[in-house]
Amino acid sequence: MSELTPIEIARAAREDRFLARDLIANLVTDFQELHGDRAQGDDPAVIGGVGMLGDQPVTMIAINRGDEMAEKLQTRNGSPEASGYRKALRLMQQANKFNRPIITLINTPGAFPGKTAEEGGVGQAIAESIVQSMSFTVPMIAIIYGEGGSGGALALATANQVWMFEHSIYAMLSPEGFASIMFKDAKRAPEAAELLGLTPQELLAKNIVERVILEGDNRDLFYENLRRDLLRAIDELFQLGPEAIKVQRQMRFDKY
Amino acid sequence: MTQLFDNQADKFKHAPNPDAFDKVPAGSWVTCAYCGAQQYQEELGEYLVCGVCGYGFRLGAQQRVDLMTDKFEEWYADVEMTTPDFPGYPEKLAKARAMTNMKEAVMTGEAVIDGRRAAVAVMDARFMMGSLGAKTGEKLARLFDDATAKHLPVVLFSASGGARMQEGIMSLMQLAKVSGAVARHREAGLLYVVVLTDPTMGGVTASFAMEGDIILSEPHALVGFAGRRVIEQTIHETLPKDFQRAEHMQASGFIDAIVQRPELQTYIGKLLRVHQAPLEA
Repeated sequence: MSELTPIEIARAAREDRFLARDLIANLVTDFQELHGDRAQGDDPAVIGGVGMLGDQPVTMIAINRGDEMAEKLQTRNGSPEASGYRKALRLMQQANKFNRPIITLINTPGAFPGKTAEEGGVGQAIAESIVQSMSFTVPMIAIIYGEGGSGGALALATANQVWMFEHSIYAMLSPEGFASIMFKDAKRAPEAAELLGLTPQELLAKNIVERVILEGDNRDLFYENLRRDLLRAIDELFQLGPEAIKVQRQMRFDKY
Repeated sequence: MTQLFDNQADKFKHAPNPDAFDKVPAGSWVTCAYCGAQQYQEELGEYLVCGVCGYGFRLGAQQRVDLMTDKFEEWYADVEMTTPDFPGYPEKLAKARAMTNMKEAVMTGEAVIDGRRAAVAVMDARFMMGSLGAKTGEKLARLFDDATAKHLPVVLFSASGGARMQEGIMSLMQLAKVSGAVARHREAGLLYVVVLTDPTMGGVTASFAMEGDIILSEPHALVGFAGRRVIEQTIHETLPKDFQRAEHMQASGFIDAIVQRPELQTYIGKLLRVHQAPLEA
């Protein structure tokens, strides 16, 4: 486990050590990206599609921060608009129809705080994603691979299990935002990071997440282990049967 | 001289009856939070509505219940946060409880509205800005589950700044917990009506306040996800005055109807009737 302080983990979480497209490419084969929310657009901050996890068909949905500056600007550094959440929900509905497990990969400072996002109903889009995912009967596993910021992250994290990379964070607000609201001073972010309890270890202890994924030095081994763990978890969930998969997910959140 | 006197008389002809001033207690000038018009408290009427723009002044939960229901039986009145472990949180809670005479930011129960039964939740913005804590979430989730068991519709009046900062990630989890209960109510084919009131922001907008089958709003209510200041700092633009107001949100497609407060009870009553909510026993 990481020996870093909370603010150091928060900083590490923002370092782009993993990119959405690399994660998908290394976990699944035959990935076919599917575009658009079927209403108004195709938000590049959310990418999704279908592929094979070993022999298991899966739907992958990832928040994408991009690699080069141009893509970072397009994705607003991984802050989806309403359209991005509607695209994610469409792909989840499709996965549910075809009894295909859903794996979400989350790395976002939060939904985009912008005029177009508000006018597009980003709150409503997140709400609908959360409430509908409570009724899906397929296994859903969410992985936070960087920042898990607020409702914009939760929209893709209402899963049967939530896992976090060793250097990732999950919180209702960024340490800077929290410090600026609670202390009227964004510079007190390190203190806020302590108070927020946003590290994987703290969240594991509080049963907010089920698993912390060690990143290690060997990427090939890392992906191999992660693929194996995902397949095992999916298999265990499938053994419950559709109705119990849904109930397990609802009860997971009832306990909070 | 005479003429001057007549002019003065003419000038005062439309002034309020001087005797009326005696009936107004000191300090009862109020300013409308939306249009800025100043008026006497009494002019707002029992519904506390601005006579100029129709904005509904913020109500406490009990006041709202009294105005919107014929009968009300409170549920889970004793549910409260007993382990507030964040610096300053116990004091904030104590203050909110003393001010509102409530133990949490939402009042829940079963009501009769225009002769029809419904489970009702009313959030109170005076209680830590109506923020969503674990116990707020528990009361809401239980309300939806009990409504599902009793085959009752739910009518929810939202008023919240969003997540409760002091509860951190647990506050965020309430979005999912309450939504799970909404999902069960939904699956049972039951009606859920939301009335957005001023203000409804953040995580509440990103969950149960936007999950209604029918979403109503009071005039000019502030409704949004991100705060105005954060948006302005992000996009380096000054936002228009009506941004995130109910009228703007309705034009964007997210609100079924904006209803004046005095008409709300009748309006909800009609919706309950169309959806065949059970009659008062």
